[in-house]
Amino acid sequence: MSEVDSNIDRHWQRFTLKQKLSRYAVYLSFMIALILSLRTVQVIPEFFYDAPEQIADLFSRMWPISFEFYQISVHDAMIETLNIATLGTLVTLVFAVPLAFMNASNIVDSPWSHWVAKFFLVSSRSINSLVWALLFVAIFGPGVIAGVLAIAFRSVGFIGKLLAEAIEEINMGSVEALRATGAPWGAVLLKGYWPQVKPAFFSIVLFRWDINVRESAVLGLVGAGGIGIVLNNSMNLFEWQQVAMSLIAIFVIVILAEVLVVNIRKHLI
Amino acid sequence: MTSTQPFLEIKGLKKEYIAGKPILKGIDMTISDPGIIAIIGPSGTGKSTLIRCINRLIDSTEGQIIFDNSDVCQAKGTLLRHLRRQVGMVFQEYNLVERLTVIENILTGRLGYMSSWQAWRRDFSQHDINTAFELLDAVGLSEHAKNRADSLSGGQRQRVGIARAVMQDPQILLADEPTSSLDPKTAVEIMELLTKFSCEKNIPALVNMHDVSLARKFANRIIGMADGYIVYDGDPDGITDENLKQIYGGEEWLN
Repeated sequence: MSEVDSNIDRHWQRFTLKQKLSRYAVYLSFMIALILSLRTVQVIPEFFYDAPEQIADLFSRMWPISFEFYQISVHDAMIETLNIATLGTLVTLVFAVPLAFMNASNIVDSPWSHWVAKFFLVSSRSINSLVWALLFVAIFGPGVIAGVLAIAFRSVGFIGKLLAEAIEEINMGSVEALRATGAPWGAVLLKGYWPQVKPAFFSIVLFRWDINVRESAVLGLVGAGGIGIVLNNSMNLFEWQQVAMSLIAIFVIVILAEVLVVNIRKHLI
Repeated sequence: MTSTQPFLEIKGLKKEYIAGKPILKGIDMTISDPGIIAIIGPSGTGKSTLIRCINRLIDSTEGQIIFDNSDVCQAKGTLLRHLRRQVGMVFQEYNLVERLTVIENILTGRLGYMSSWQAWRRDFSQHDINTAFELLDAVGLSEHAKNRADSLSGGQRQRVGIARAVMQDPQILLADEPTSSLDPKTAVEIMELLTKFSCEKNIPALVNMHDVSLARKFANRIIGMADGYIVYDGDPDGITDENLKQIYGGEEWLN
């Protein structure tokens, strides 16, 4: 018995037959889903074949780019867009931070509070910022206020959820030690939770600001202020050279925002 | 505290994490003298639970813990905080706030005496700041004052942990396996520090430990726990192989 027979072939397979079959079933259902959805979207062939020509046509109309349009309209609108994004992100924090606390099980240990927080966080996320903007334009009229609130309400869910998750991941040992010193609740929050959450907090907020810069560029399409209004007007007037200028401005701002965020984050962590 | 009044008195303490399955089955002890008191016993016998019941990091199920004329088990809110700040605690995993500097970690020992607003303003009194630096000297980490806690080694972190506990100006020190994550030499140094502070402050230090020889060397009283009860309570020299067999079970390991 003790002698090992080296002639016996050991059998090894990564997956069992059942696992293999279920993997193939998943591939197959993906294929079926793809075919079904292709049949539903009803591509109109005339437009489809025409597309390359149309693209070339569009680009030719955009050229030469109307750089003088930057001073006329784009500059002010772009500043407005940045203001909407920044103000919106700041307003969000007023709601998102308390909701994150209520949602983090290691701060508030009550299912009731978690459900309330989840309700607000999920409703905020389930509505696109364009839809929020439509609502607020209807309430406050077209302009910057509607844009700021749209950005703020959409971001609450994002920041609240991610911040709550970051809080739940901290090392509770330090918090326990501070509670053991008899520190009041606020001091435990400041000295136990906050130092550990700080890098994640700034990361999340900067990331959301970065997203908000892009989102607020579109909000003008529904009248909520910013570069979107300028873009929309130029398109309606078929001023494609101005459209090109606006698009380039958005592109440059988004790149700059990205560079800025990366650099700030590097210094914070 | 007068000499007639004990530092700490525990009466009939029970704790059940799951109803019907007690882990502490009735602990009685009185601590009247300063110095190191070692609690030994196998894993899972409730040593940590006992220590954590004393400052209410864990709520006990039944019994009384009399400290500073109050029952810790019944205390709430401000009274509980005021009891806690007189109890210094040292943890096995140090539990420092890693992203704060060493000196700020030691200063957090004073948070129990401050409001949240003062904590936010970092409004520590000059006296507290002086004490913190003296303690830092005493644990031999003066040159690390402005380093972040996560840049320290295990032994150094535990020294900061002890300094933080002493910073509370406690009436009693609790230490939950303070040396279990450390090498033997560092473990001795940590025990020496605990002994030093308990002598200087003339307070008892209740220390959970695995290492019987370390307990014999430093403690002036040993409490042996097995199966949720205290089975030995007395002089470190008085503990026999028979006692150890009762505490840990089996006997092969003794030889």
